Amino acid sequence: MKRSRIPLLTTLLVLAFFYLPIGMLVLHSFNESRFGTRWQGFTMKWYERLLERGDLWEALVHSLQVAVVASIGSMVLGTFAAFALQRHRTRLQTTHRMLITLPLVLPDILMGMSLLLLFVALGVQLSLWTVGIAHITFCVSYVTLVVQSRLQDFDFQMVDAARDLGATRWEAFAKVVLPLLAPGILAGGLLAFTLSVDDFVVTFFVKGPGADTLPVVIYSMIKKSREFPVVNAMSTLLIAITFVAVWGSQRLTTGRDS
Amino acid sequence: MRSKAGRGEFLTTLPSFVWLLAFMLVPGVLVLAIAFRTTNPSGGIGDGWTLSQFRVFAEPSIHVLLWRTLWISALTTGLCVATALPVAWFLARVREDWRPRLLLLVIVPFWTNFLIRVFAWNQILHSEGWLARGLRAVGLLGENSSLLYNPGAVVVVSVYTYLPFAILPMYAAAEKFDFGLLDAARDLGASSARAFGSVFLPGIRKGISTALAIVFIPMLGSYVVPDLVGGTDGQMIGNKIAQRNFSDRNLPSASAMSAVLTLMVLAPLLLRRKPRGDTPDEP
Repeated sequence: MKRSRIPLLTTLLVLAFFYLPIGMLVLHSFNESRFGTRWQGFTMKWYERLLERGDLWEALVHSLQVAVVASIGSMVLGTFAAFALQRHRTRLQTTHRMLITLPLVLPDILMGMSLLLLFVALGVQLSLWTVGIAHITFCVSYVTLVVQSRLQDFDFQMVDAARDLGATRWEAFAKVVLPLLAPGILAGGLLAFTLSVDDFVVTFFVKGPGADTLPVVIYSMIKKSREFPVVNAMSTLLIAITFVAVWGSQRLTTGRDS
Repeated sequence: MRSKAGRGEFLTTLPSFVWLLAFMLVPGVLVLAIAFRTTNPSGGIGDGWTLSQFRVFAEPSIHVLLWRTLWISALTTGLCVATALPVAWFLARVREDWRPRLLLLVIVPFWTNFLIRVFAWNQILHSEGWLARGLRAVGLLGENSSLLYNPGAVVVVSVYTYLPFAILPMYAAAEKFDFGLLDAARDLGASSARAFGSVFLPGIRKGISTALAIVFIPMLGSYVVPDLVGGTDGQMIGNKIAQRNFSDRNLPSASAMSAVLTLMVLAPLLLRRKPRGDTPDEP
């Protein structure tokens, strides 16, 4: 019986398909050519240009501020939600589950549009805060999923035991449930952080003037000022940070397993 | 014990329930309501009620746009699932210690900013890029035709951005599949193709249906990809919503279009509800 080569070949092609565009981006960030079409010699000038851009640093700070608010907010909401969904099987939880699932499938543009209308209808001034509220909204579902998977083999009798021993509801939650869930909550928070930093569409709809996050500035650099080589240089830096972070976390986790 | 649960359940459900009610369900209903409002002179929400925001859906240009949105989404979804199938198979059969590494290779590019990944393609498909020049040199691309700014570019870049979302659920299903069943089918006389079609595909159908939904639904609301690589011929309904909102400053009109998009999104979700019930019992 011969085994088909198709799965192996497709996988290799898919990996090439995934990494080639990223490789080209990195290569072009060192290209002298303004339009990145032909190779015209090695240069670092786009990186120097990047360092001069104060607006990018300001946008990065905005992105990080929103991401911190979004991850803390969604960690709190998501942990309670996961606990309720996992512990109780009632009609209320069926509705609750539907509410939690909806943001996972709702296209970004609809979420951005509907939140914009809400803020406009309420007369709320758009700012970095409205962006934070929007980000919490789409992050809650992801945190809930991650924490729920951690709760899968959680023994709820421990909560009852703590209550029987005289703990109040909050003591039982804070001293028994939270410590056991901490790794799941942190993993969910990290996911929320990355989702928040990456988001463009929702942010674009609900951001206030002067509240540009990094993706919003990148978008206007691509779309309006067309500073392609500078975007290449920044992309390369961001990609490098991502790869180092992944490599680091891999080392940490494999180190713990062995 | 059950009776005690009441207050605890209420307290733990309240925060997320109220938050999502206020910032998802209410805004969603608001979109549907504002779609029926008039536009005031500054582009905001007027006082009167009207059906005129939906008049635009009688125009042929919108039909073209809706149809294009549907076929680009369907084609992208089909290509993603078709490509993810052999990859999921390979990942599920490869040596166990290789799997986490290969999975990581699949996921890592997608921790790079979404806009940057789309932008990378902008340069690859550029009319003066090496790919376009190479294709012109061998006569596969006409002198004046471009790889960028057409529906094809939207499909390629969309497949690039959504493929991992198809691979992951299909791998998760394939990993649980008992490949011994395929040998059994062949021992019983089935051809390899028959075993694949009648045993493997039904075996991972949950993964396939998740992949279909996870790609198709967000694709319907696609905005950034057609905006950056689609050009005028590659625009989708999402671009029209953004245009009505940011350029034309007509919130009620943008709401009407969002309402129609919401219906398009909910339709497959409601259809998907049924098969979910017949989950086979896990041993």
